Amino acid sequence: MSDNSELVKEFLVESYENLDRLDGLFIDLEKDPRNLENIGGIFRTIHTIKGTCGFFGFERLQSLTHAGESLLSKMRDAEISLTPEITDSLLALVDAVRTMLKQIEASGGEGENGYLELILKLTALLETPNDDFNAANSTLIDDNQLPPTGLGSPGTLTSLFESANPAPTTSYSSTAKAIQVPGVPGVSPVSKSGKDQTASPAGASATQPSDRSDTAKTTSIEHSAGAQMGTTREIHSESHHKGSDSQRHEEPKSDAHGLADTTIRVDVVLLDRLMNLVGELVLARNRIMQFTTSVSDKAFVATSQRLNLLTSELQEGVMKTRMQPIGNIWSKFPRVVRDLSLSIGKQVRIEMEGKQTELDKTLIEAIKDPLTHIVRNSIDHGIEMPEIRASIGKPAEGLLSLRAYHEGGQVIIEISDDGGGINPQKVKAKAIEKGLITAQQANQLDERGMVALIFLPGFSTAEKVTNISGRGVGMDVVKTNIERIGGHVEVQNRVGLGTTIKIKIPLTLAIIPALLISSGGERFAIPQVSLIELVRLDSSNSLEQVYGAPVYRLRGHLLPIVFLNQELGLTPAPADAVQNLIVLQADERRFGLVVDAIYDAEEIVVKPLDQMLKGLLVYAGATILGDGQVALILDVLGLGMRSHAVDKSTERMLENAAAALHVERQALLLFTSPDDGRMAIPLSKVTRLEELASASVERVGGNDVVQLRGEIIPLVYVFQHLPERRKEPRNPDCGVPPDIIQLVIHSANGHQVGLVVGRILDAVDAPIALQRAAGRRGVLGCLVIEDWVTELLDVEGMVRETLPHLYDQLQSNTP
Amino acid sequence: MNEQRQFCTFRLDQHLFGIDVLDVQEILRQHSVTRVPLAPPVIHGLINLRGQIVAIIDLRVRLGLPPRTSKRPPIHVVARTARGAISLLVDEVGDMMSFPFQANEAPPETLRGTVRDLMCGVFQLKDQLLLVLDTGKIIDLTTRSVSA
Repeated sequence: MSDNSELVKEFLVESYENLDRLDGLFIDLEKDPRNLENIGGIFRTIHTIKGTCGFFGFERLQSLTHAGESLLSKMRDAEISLTPEITDSLLALVDAVRTMLKQIEASGGEGENGYLELILKLTALLETPNDDFNAANSTLIDDNQLPPTGLGSPGTLTSLFESANPAPTTSYSSTAKAIQVPGVPGVSPVSKSGKDQTASPAGASATQPSDRSDTAKTTSIEHSAGAQMGTTREIHSESHHKGSDSQRHEEPKSDAHGLADTTIRVDVVLLDRLMNLVGELVLARNRIMQFTTSVSDKAFVATSQRLNLLTSELQEGVMKTRMQPIGNIWSKFPRVVRDLSLSIGKQVRIEMEGKQTELDKTLIEAIKDPLTHIVRNSIDHGIEMPEIRASIGKPAEGLLSLRAYHEGGQVIIEISDDGGGINPQKVKAKAIEKGLITAQQANQLDERGMVALIFLPGFSTAEKVTNISGRGVGMDVVKTNIERIGGHVEVQNRVGLGTTIKIKIPLTLAIIPALLISSGGERFAIPQVSLIELVRLDSSNSLEQVYGAPVYRLRGHLLPIVFLNQELGLTPAPADAVQNLIVLQADERRFGLVVDAIYDAEEIVVKPLDQMLKGLLVYAGATILGDGQVALILDVLGLGMRSHAVDKSTERMLENAAAALHVERQALLLFTSPDDGRMAIPLSKVTRLEELASASVERVGGNDVVQLRGEIIPLVYVFQHLPERRKEPRNPDCGVPPDIIQLVIHSANGHQVGLVVGRILDAVDAPIALQRAAGRRGVLGCLVIEDWVTELLDVEGMVRETLPHLYDQLQSNTP
Repeated sequence: MNEQRQFCTFRLDQHLFGIDVLDVQEILRQHSVTRVPLAPPVIHGLINLRGQIVAIIDLRVRLGLPPRTSKRPPIHVVARTARGAISLLVDEVGDMMSFPFQANEAPPETLRGTVRDLMCGVFQLKDQLLLVLDTGKIIDLTTRSVSA
């Protein structure tokens, strides 16, 4: 029994592979219906499945594949020409077979669904004349009569079997006969020698079904098919082998997969074990290489060198065994594209380049779904309807192209379409409508930032939800899945011309280059992928504080700083120690990590952490170092999130967008904040400045107001509404005498508000590129002005918060 | 009926505990431990067991016993579990003991706390009780939340 289950497993694996190939063949076939080689290929696959499942006693599956086989055989003999209807049915057949195989895999049995309708349809299609097929078909199917009406006449049936016969294999198609012709006593399965012999029993039995055609209900078909099977099973297995053998003889060159002789199937578990062992070997090698530095024995050093080289080669070799061409997952896309474009009335051609590009099996698995999603998206949202395309001078047929290539130790996959591209304004409007961002946030975005909004959770621009896409789970999932495997997604958008989604993923995950560091007496490994640069901190370039948050100025950009020992609760380094700053990138955001010491870069073997530690997102795993000690591998993204250096996706997006903004100069009004920090307001939002005696402030209805030039102006105390970081302001009055208040008058459509700020310093012209997102409410972000870290005040936000009714007025009057 | 069960015994605080000897892979004395910052206190750290990274559960923490005061280094009892090897940190290892199957008694009803949830039985010795622990439950940190 266990032997059998092994065999079944093998059968399943082989059949899945074959089916995947089938999808491609069908699409090719549709392009070139006369390509007999393709038909032959499809026929063989179906035939092989049929033969094998006969051997295992999967009768329903066998009946189904037989029906398909008969049809294909006719096509191969050019008695039937390919029609879209036939293609659809055959594709439906492939799906049905796949479903049944899954069922077998899951439960060991083929399930209850016998796909009788499909069998009937396939059988009916057998009758498709070369010219006029539609009429005949439709009546047959509608009537739901069992065998095709023509089957009653011996002539048709004979021709049916004759036509099925030329393939050396159809001769044992006794089950099929049992299906098409219920109750036919076994059409001698031995009659594989020639046409004439087969033809006569078939002809003879053909009278029977017409007698019973009214009683022949679906159940009886199954039943008789089953009964038949019991007796013929053994013969089947035998004849199957013969059949396939002879086939191989006949068409050796057309079988692209005749490579079977030079390849063997290996269990992935075994490969994984090999990979682990090689990992161990790499570690042992690393240890030995450490010894060589302290040993003067030349022979030992030479041997170690040799070991070093061999290990590297072995590692590379074993890694290659786990590599799979990306074509393996691409092969289903032609089918996806075809089905999808047909169902929504678009015309799409798919082009693939770099099918041979290889990457690790686990990665292949991981990108399968994201890729499918992107492909579907491109067809559904990207490529326009044929009429629209024609009207704007594009060819009616859209082009979807997939490209894969290696670049800098990474695999790059590009999915481009020549559709309408992503309309940034539409995306923005949608994001606001869905409440994913506020209108105000949106206004800070440039085009790239707007396009990046498609990666927000819950985003979907499809006008209507189709069954294909547009349900609001999508690009964010794609992004997370790709990032989970250390990859990265970006969108290149040309409005009106198309979209390209570029995915970058690492080649493998098992052995990675990493930098070893220490903090608080513990050693850690940081994957090199996230590493940007190393900076040594001394007195000339040290860290600064913005409201208690440490930052570092890296060539004019503000870098948030994370102290590893603080983050992990380790013992801090002595205050006078030299600090090392590691600039890391996670999710397009950079931050600086302060560590005690930086050691070497080393190839490390990533080992998963025990389940009990899985919840700790700051670690990506553990590894064994050259000296045999265990070191934890830091997860840069997790660490960034934990320390808030890398924040929630929305903010991240906005920030990216802000960073991408063209550096635009703007006039800013500078003033001081209570803790000696600097703040700025765009001059465009300032109507005028006023200085008043504190005594002139009056209170009306809970609000402080002042009278100025005959107008009543409500006041907003800026500092009262900023969440304070420091407990005690260094400079509570900001250097303004207590009896004086300095006002910035902000107005919109005749309504004025007075902002009470600290000491007004200056008005400057500065590049307004936010370098850090807001650290607190009421602030849009930080920028460096005249070498000072300056916070940009969110005027509207503040007014809205403090004087909501007034804000509404300001807004409603704004055109 | 005469079937015997063997237990690897060890001491924690004043108590004598045992786990099925078939669950024990090996016993390690001193071994260099890598701490895991931010991990729950029950996770003492990680060790390299011939190329395999094994997590250490501090049984004192797991069983809610007071922290270790002895200067003597604790001992690792490496247990085989469904999830792979796990090291259990104990104060000292005792003898191997055999008992007939039926001598096993259910833990007394009055026994409360984490230890009850992790026990699968009690054997009576002359001057002491042997508390038998279930390794599967020890590694399942969801069995009675340990002080986080």
